[in-house]
Formats: sequence, C-alpha cells, structure tokens
Amino acid sequence: MVLRLGIDVGGTNTDAVILRGREVLAGVKSATTEDVMSGISNALEAVLEKAGVAREAIDVTMIGTTHFTNAVVERKGLDQVAAIRLGLPATACLPPMVDWPEDLVEMVGGHRYLLRGGYEFDGREIAALDEDELIRIAGEITEKGIKAAAISSVFSPVNRDMEERARDILQEHCPGLPVVLSCEIGRLGLLERESAAIMNASLLSLSDRTVEAFGRALSEAGLTCPFYVTQNDGTLMAADMVRRFPVLTFASGPTNSMRGAAFLTGVKEAIVIDIGGTTTDVGSLHHGFPRQAATVVDVGGVRTNFRMPDVFSIGLGGGTMITGDADNLQIGPKSVGYRLPQEALVFGGKTLTTTDIAVRAGMAEVGDAAKVAEIDPALVEAAKAQIAEMLEMAVERSRVSPDPIPVIAVGGGSILAPDRIGDLEVLRPENFAVANAVGAAIAQISGEVDRIYALEGTTREECLANAEREASDAAVSAGAKPETLIVIEREDVPLAYLPGNATRIHLKVVGEMGENHA
Amino acid sequence: MRDYQSQCRVLTEEDIDALEIGSGILGTGGGGNPYIGKLRARQAIREGHELKILPIEALEDDARIVALGGIGAPLVSFERLKEGREGVRCLRALEERLGFKADAIGCEEIGGQNSMEPLITAAFAGLPVVDGDGMGRAFPEMQMTTYAIYGHNSTPSVMCDPHGNAVCFEHAITEKWHETMARACVIAQGGASVLASAPMSGAFFKAHAIPHSYTQAIGLGQAVLDARRAHEDPIKAICEREGGKHVFSGKINDLKRHFERGFNVGVASIEGLDDCRGSVGEITIQNEFLIFRRDGEMQACVPDLVVVLDLDSGLPITTEVLRYGQRVAVLALPCHELLRTQQALDVIGPAAFGFPELVYRPLAETA
Repeated sequence: MVLRLGIDVGGTNTDAVILRGREVLAGVKSATTEDVMSGISNALEAVLEKAGVAREAIDVTMIGTTHFTNAVVERKGLDQVAAIRLGLPATACLPPMVDWPEDLVEMVGGHRYLLRGGYEFDGREIAALDEDELIRIAGEITEKGIKAAAISSVFSPVNRDMEERARDILQEHCPGLPVVLSCEIGRLGLLERESAAIMNASLLSLSDRTVEAFGRALSEAGLTCPFYVTQNDGTLMAADMVRRFPVLTFASGPTNSMRGAAFLTGVKEAIVIDIGGTTTDVGSLHHGFPRQAATVVDVGGVRTNFRMPDVFSIGLGGGTMITGDADNLQIGPKSVGYRLPQEALVFGGKTLTTTDIAVRAGMAEVGDAAKVAEIDPALVEAAKAQIAEMLEMAVERSRVSPDPIPVIAVGGGSILAPDRIGDLEVLRPENFAVANAVGAAIAQISGEVDRIYALEGTTREECLANAEREASDAAVSAGAKPETLIVIEREDVPLAYLPGNATRIHLKVVGEMGENHA
Repeated sequence: MRDYQSQCRVLTEEDIDALEIGSGILGTGGGGNPYIGKLRARQAIREGHELKILPIEALEDDARIVALGGIGAPLVSFERLKEGREGVRCLRALEERLGFKADAIGCEEIGGQNSMEPLITAAFAGLPVVDGDGMGRAFPEMQMTTYAIYGHNSTPSVMCDPHGNAVCFEHAITEKWHETMARACVIAQGGASVLASAPMSGAFFKAHAIPHSYTQAIGLGQAVLDARRAHEDPIKAICEREGGKHVFSGKINDLKRHFERGFNVGVASIEGLDDCRGSVGEITIQNEFLIFRRDGEMQACVPDLVVVLDLDSGLPITTEVLRYGQRVAVLALPCHELLRTQQALDVIGPAAFGFPELVYRPLAETA
C-alpha cells in the first residue's frame, strides 16, 4: 500500500495527514508560521509520530497551499508590476486591470503601459513593436523600483515572438527583472490572460520564498521522496513550475478541500464550506467532484479564464478581526492569520477575533475561555448573527436548486459554523479540520500536451487521438494508474494563417496515483 | 437635431449588467462577447457620458436613424479589443459623405456585443439609441436584418477599424453583395470592425424594426438575476418570459471549430444528462448556434433561437467560450413574427445557411 503524506499550508494553519491507500492513518493541525518552513516541520513531525510510520516509508508528498490566493485576497505581499500591453492602436478602449477592484490595482502599483505592437488574427503585426517606448518603460521600471513585469501581446497564444522580444529588451535594460509572458499562462481572451499574467508577476518573489521553504522543510525532516504541489484542477505539478507560475495554485485550496470533503463523508451532492483562518470558500459538489465554473472565475475580484471549481470566497475565518461594538460591528476582512495563537484573546493576545466569539458563545473549546468571559453578550449575539448571515449569503450564492442538500463544513475555522445554515443541515466529518490535506494527498497525476499540429495529410480526430495517447503515456510514466485516466481538457484552436491548416491542440488527462510511481 | 432628450430612458450601470445577460441570451452564442461591451459601456458612463434609449413610438416619420454594429469574428473581438471610437468615425464619415446629421442611432443586432456598440457610439456622439433592432437576436450576416429584408438599401455605408482606416461602400447592387464586400474588407482590417449603414427614416424604422429590443433584453437579464437571487430556476424564468422550451441538458463531449470565410464555424456534440441520458445532442455553429438536433433529429433551427446556457447558473455561453466538459442546457426560443414571413425565411431560414433539406417549423406554432 502506498503511503502518502498530504500537507496543506493555509494562511492560519498547516495541516498534515498520512494516508495508506484510502485509509486516513493520522491527521494533525498546527499553526502556520511566518517563515512557512517551521510550520511544515512541526506538522509533519507530529503526523509521523501520530501515525507511527517511519519517514523513509513515505512514498510521496503532496502540498496544497492557499498562500498565493490569500496574498491576492488580502492584498498582502504583492509586488508592484509593470503591466505592459502590446496592441496599440487596437485595445485602447480598455486599459489593463480595467475590471480589477481599485485597491488591488493600487497594491500592484497601477503601472499600466499600452504600446504599439501585437498581432492580427492572421499573424500580421498590428504595429511594429515600439522598442523606444519599451526602453523608456524600462527606465521607469528602474527609476520607480518596480519589481516585475507582465507582458501581454494581442494574439500571443498563436504567436509568442513579440512577447519574447519585448521581454529580451526589458531584461537587457533591467538586468534580473522577472518578466511574465501572458502566452505562458493563458489562452485567447486578452483581458483575462493579461490579468492572470499581472497577478502572477506580482506573486513571483513570494512564490520564490515559499517554494524554497517547502523544499527545505522536507529535506531537513529527512524526507527524500519526491514532492509535488497541487494546482487548480486537483492535479499535481513539480516545484519549479509553482515557483514560476504561482497563479496555477489559485483554486487548489478549494479543490482539495472539496475533494477531501467528498472523500471523508462519502456524500456526493452537497455544498462545501471550507472555513480557514482568513477566508471561507464555498462551492458545490456534484457527483463527488467540485462543480466547475462555466466561463470565468473571480479571484480576489479579478476575472481569470483558468479551469477552476466554481468557488466563492468571503473574508471570514477563525482569525478574522472584529472591531466596533454591538450596534456597529465590523467583521473582517482583515485577519490575524497565522498569528492567531498569539493575538486572539483566548490565547492571551489583544485582538478580538471570530474564534474568541465562538469560545465565548460555547461553540468551541480552544485556548482559555476565562480570557473572553468579559465580552459583552450583546456583542457576541451581534457577531454570531452577522457570521451566520455571511455564511448563509455565501451558501445561497452557491446553491443552484431549492433541494435541501447538506452543507459539509470543513477547515479549522468550521467551529464558527452554526448547526444549520438557513434551512440546510450542516455535516462535520471526522478529520473535518484537515480535509484539504486529505484532498492534497489524493490529488491526481496529469499528463498534458499543448502543441501545434499540421492537419495536412491527416485528420483532426487522428491528431486528437495522438495527443490523447501522448498525454496518457506522460501521465502513466509520472505514476498514474492507466485504468483511471480521464480527459479533463481537450481544446483545439485553429491557426488560420499557418500553411497546412495548422491547429493548436491542448489536451490534459488525469488519473489516480498508482503503486508504482516515481 | 431633434429634441428627444426628455423622452429618453437613461441607462444605469445596473441596466448595463442586465443587458449583458439579456443580450447574451438573445445572442444565441454569437454577436461577440457582451462582457467587453459592458465594460466599455460602463467606462463611458463613468466618464460622464449618457447612454440613452428612445422609445420607438417617439420617432417622427422623417427622423434619420443610422444603424451600426460591430462586424467580424467574435474570436477576434475579445482578443484584439477595439480602439474605441470606430463607431464615431463611421458615423461622422457617413454624415459627411451624405451631408446630413443623424437624429438617433439604431441597433442592427440586439444579440451579444452589438447591443452595446450603438449605445457607446451614441453616447460619444450625444445621441439616443432607438429601442428596437434589426434581428431580435444575433445573425452572422448583414443582409439578415429586418431592415434589409423589408427593403432598406444599406449603402452607402462606412466601415472603420482600430488603425484609423475608413472604407466607404458606395453602392451594392444587393444587400448580399454588401455583406460579401464588407466581409472581405473586415478580414483585411483584422477581423473586428464597426460598420454604419445608410440612414433609415423614422417611418421605415417603426414599420420594420423588431420593436422594444433593449427593454426586452434588459428585462430578460433582470429576470435571470432575480431568479438567481430567489433560487428559482433561471432557465424556467427565461422559457416562461420568452415562450420557449428547455430542449436538452448535457455535457459537451466534442467541439470542432474552425475559422472559415471570416466566420467561426463548427459543431458541438453534447452527451445527455439527467432526463436526456442516453441521448446525444448536436449543435451546428456559424458564429451563432444555428441548429439543434437530438439523436440526429432536428428540434430547433433558425430563425428561432437556439440558446446554450450554463446548466446551473442559467448564464448564457457564447460559442467562443464553449469548452469540453461544460454542463449546458439548450433552450429553443421563438423568434419575432417579423422573422417568420416567407420574405424573411428566404434570407434567414435554414436554406439560407446551407441546409435546404431542413423544413422550418415555427416554435411559436408547435408550442
């Protein structure tokens, strides 16, 4: 039986589980630390001890993290980014970040640059790349100390040359500047692809530090097995990919907790609320899988076109700060996050949090209840009512039918959830607190092909079949069980301007991890 | 210029949100992504411009209305965004060429982004948009408007691109020729331009435009938003409002698309779910969803509306964002009676789209 270690690094808690086959041997919850690393070390030492297994026996480690999503939602730890679009005179009607919330634009600096360049659909240049302007922008980047750049050219998914040339010019004038190209991240649809590239660029230094900390924590604990990080669609990616493309983890937290909730309860139709320390994610399970968003997904108020579960986040968690009095109460969106064990009143701190309210109301037993005994009962009632209202609104938003399906509450903050939300019953599975670590541990292996095929002398069906075979082989050699493989993404974009009737095929298969992996 | 100001409804950002959904539904998958148009309309409101709708009844017989809209491929329009003032350049060039001043702007196509383009251009030009359109939905070609079908000569017309190029089509011997020449030109201009047609009289517009399209689209969008808020089935709300039918539910299991003669053409197959399990649905696409078949048998076709919605949210899905694995509901909605005359069917019936073997049976009569 395969022994899997699943770790979930949230804003507040770092959880770990060990699974043998489908059996949860042990699960632990410990606090996320500022350096990330020691939190992981604590969790994994604790879970190894609790499960009573030797560290050499662990076959594989999977890490899920909401670190990058939290950074965007909380507007914390984001670098300033030069958002450079190549496309003038086209695209002038809507500048980069036009549909972003104002505070997020401010966080990343609002450095919008539109310049001449980009391609028409048929490969002609809209305009020659404005190199002088790019050099002027490079000067401004240096002068303003902007940390990274995101370059988006019109039609870069079909021709990436101009984005690459613009990157080379920028890096020549700003040595060492990290540059994200939109063609590396997204598909056709300029605004969504551009937004994803800008967010990715703003997260690069955070992802550098985070991935480094993951690797160090594992190696210092003497774990020599391979480690993977879970991405949006519940599949795994290698550490270096996360370092370069942190946005690919954006929805992995909800995906993991929802898959974990289904795994732990055996319930296949439900609404899952995952209450962490900082946010609550709400989504719905259908046939045991997260319901996928139909078109575009909002992350921290920004539209993206990743394939993601349809999850809605609100700023409510166990560490959410409460200010004001009973008549004028403000809950969140700020959270004490990983400093909950120091800052919450029940732990001897000075900040009133939702956890203090839960303890005062008798809904949970953590910390020292005596430390919150003085809180005004009217304030407690007002806070409880407001929390219930926030949860009900979020659940109602994800609810797609009047059928009374259960709500599965998971995550460390689920002590905040009442026994009923509106007219729906709330389930709390065993190991509810570590559902996302369970979800990470059962994450799937994928194989992917994204390439241009010439259709001359062959057919589209034949090319798709070839691509599927190739992706399947890649998944199996990465450790997937062949009989569990399914196609989750199959897309072909015809490239009208290339000779030979070319088409770009993007195909992804996933499967469960087998016994004979890596 | 006439004083229509006092009779106009000024649209709010909330109206624009509802219009995005309503025109998306009426767009039957085509007409361009209304989201981009919504952002542009919102931007115009925030810059202090007024987006105004003039009741069709208020038009005087001798008023001059310039209908305009985007032309090209939706795939292009949400990647190569517009420069923004293409429509205004069209209007000014047309006014100069013909020596007149427009009293109001008309909408060619209420479905999709083309619901927004007239509002944006009109706002920049300080004019209202008449509450009506030439399709009551979206269609892939220009001669498919009720304006053209019932006798309006749309040339001279002007087409503008983001680069600043302006082309005047001086005369077309038929509306189909106009479409053919415009299509060739839009490809040269990069696949997403704006075209403004020769003005219509108020009398003509009142007789031959599909009336109240903006009010209808905004109301339809509002109905979806209301149903979602009340956890009622938005699909049911749409069918009830429009007298339509929910004809299929399923999951997209294959999608063939290519760019041909300036159109996105293709076929989407749908594996049945729920009470459609075991059945296979198939939608024929030519910029819009044209035909829906179940197990090989036609259930709905143009000019009636084949609408694809996200099965759960009830929000419309356009052809370019259709994806493998999406769970969708297919609806058939009856078209306006102006599209069901023989004169109209010659232009927008199944035969006109290359399906002469299909016999159109109006949904409105089979219901």
